[in-house]
Amino acid sequence: MRLIEVQELRRTFTVGRFRAKREVVAVRDVSFAIEAGEMVGYIGPNGAGKSTTIKMLTGILVPSGGRLEVAGLDPSRQRTDLARRIGVVFGQRTTLWWDLPLRDSFAVLQRIYRTSPRRHEQNLAEYVELLDLGDLLDTPVRQLSLGQRMRGDIVAALLHDPEILFLDEPTIGLDVISKGRLREFLRTLNATRGTTLMLTTHDLQDIEALCDRVIVIDHGTAVFDGALADLHREGGSTRTLVVDLVDEAPPISVPGATTRKVDGPRQWLSFPTDASAAPIVAAVAAAYDVADLSIQEPDIEDVIRELYSR
Amino acid sequence: MADQATGVIGVSARGYRDIARMWVKAALAYPASFWMMAASQFFLTLLDFVGIWIMFHTIDSLGGFDLTEIAFLYGATAFGIGVADLLGGQVERLGELIRMGRLDGMLLKPLPLLVQVCADQFALRRVARITQALVMLGVASYWVDWTPAKVGLTLVMLVSGSVIFLSIFVVFGCVQFWTVDASEVANAFTYGGNTMTQYPLTVFPKQVVTALTYLVPLAFVNWYPSLYILDRADPYGFPEWLRYASPIAAVALVAVTAVVWRAGVRHYESTGS
Repeated sequence: MRLIEVQELRRTFTVGRFRAKREVVAVRDVSFAIEAGEMVGYIGPNGAGKSTTIKMLTGILVPSGGRLEVAGLDPSRQRTDLARRIGVVFGQRTTLWWDLPLRDSFAVLQRIYRTSPRRHEQNLAEYVELLDLGDLLDTPVRQLSLGQRMRGDIVAALLHDPEILFLDEPTIGLDVISKGRLREFLRTLNATRGTTLMLTTHDLQDIEALCDRVIVIDHGTAVFDGALADLHREGGSTRTLVVDLVDEAPPISVPGATTRKVDGPRQWLSFPTDASAAPIVAAVAAAYDVADLSIQEPDIEDVIRELYSR
Repeated sequence: MADQATGVIGVSARGYRDIARMWVKAALAYPASFWMMAASQFFLTLLDFVGIWIMFHTIDSLGGFDLTEIAFLYGATAFGIGVADLLGGQVERLGELIRMGRLDGMLLKPLPLLVQVCADQFALRRVARITQALVMLGVASYWVDWTPAKVGLTLVMLVSGSVIFLSIFVVFGCVQFWTVDASEVANAFTYGGNTMTQYPLTVFPKQVVTALTYLVPLAFVNWYPSLYILDRADPYGFPEWLRYASPIAAVALVAVTAVVWRAGVRHYESTGS
């Protein structure tokens, strides 16, 4: 079943005033469709049009052109109907009430969404447990840390059993442990409830952990739509093995990797993202005196730049 | 269609109540602060009248009206702006909601946006101004020759006046959809309009009264109905039916407000993130 359908979606903004007025295209003729139960990453560099797309999908912004359907509704015209069927989390700002304890915010949401009290209690108990928020329910939102607030926002977005959850940069600013927990939670949510997920992110690991499919947007245009592995292949992205040798040596030569740079005892080897690092590490360790090793993941922006420059 | 309309009104009223109740609960967590704020608002809004009362120590009438009549006019407009401020005064902070990105959060909730904006940070202490207005009206009514028709028209006047002030709050608050820092524009018409209507409009030139009748219909908040209630001829000779026309002015203004609000929401551009 198709839950989201976007055709030639477009949004322009007018910037400047009077004579200096000009039009900027934030989203340019983007088309895609998302099926129920999918987990889709919507990625791209800063200012690519990710948030603008999410805001149109959720009914916050009125599109300048194109066709748009979410859960069978026209988001900006049927905003309040749509609101009951979607949940939205913005990583950068909260939709909770700043001065109220989480518990009160949740109670008000139950009334606003007219969720049945029983369902509300069930969901609240389950999510509070899963996201470990039990001790924080009586703390006003403004006193919560970023990670705690983010978890609060996610619970708030899910209490009314939405079919689709939109997350705009959900892991921004979180520490590694919080990121991991959050990803785990989202995977569970998708697996057990079948909630469709669409998230924008800068973090390639979010995508790797969560998304079967990625849509890449740059300068307002969708430049890729497919599986993450295909993105790496098409973008020609590589991982980098950084080798610190005990002594300076000529460029390392092992099968499956190419040496890109030598600087004293340190050498940089690149190899395809979908290849395993293990045999390469083993080959290097067997042939050279290695002091230290580390692996660098490809940067999403590099992948996109590569993809776009071809 | 009628069913749909009552449905929307019901949902809006319930939603407003739910959000307002939450804010009242939060405010009452600090009862001393709440009562002090309420008391200070009561006396602060009374000060305008104290000024007029002091003036009457040297004059016997202002614009052809005596102190009791002015108290009636004053009470009526204070009631209107009091109710409007209580229910929708928050609209003047629309620009702040836009800047902070909070409007986005409201657009994601299944309630009309205007209801959420108006109910945001609902402040029960504002009831103090309404109480003050009712006390003033109560005292002034001692000198009114009451008839059933006058009682009826007084009620109509108070409701219409509240609706008119509320609409003006919203219409001029909408300017912030286009220019985020324009909350003062609204103040000029709401609080400014309130100050003007505290006096009999005879103290102003006729052009001003014409503008307050046909352009920004603040004269319907208290002036025209009060002419009937106080048995006064219109010194400017405007048509007599205007005295009963406050509800018409209110409904017309609500229609304009609805159009402007919709245009504002559709023009809304959010903020980057």
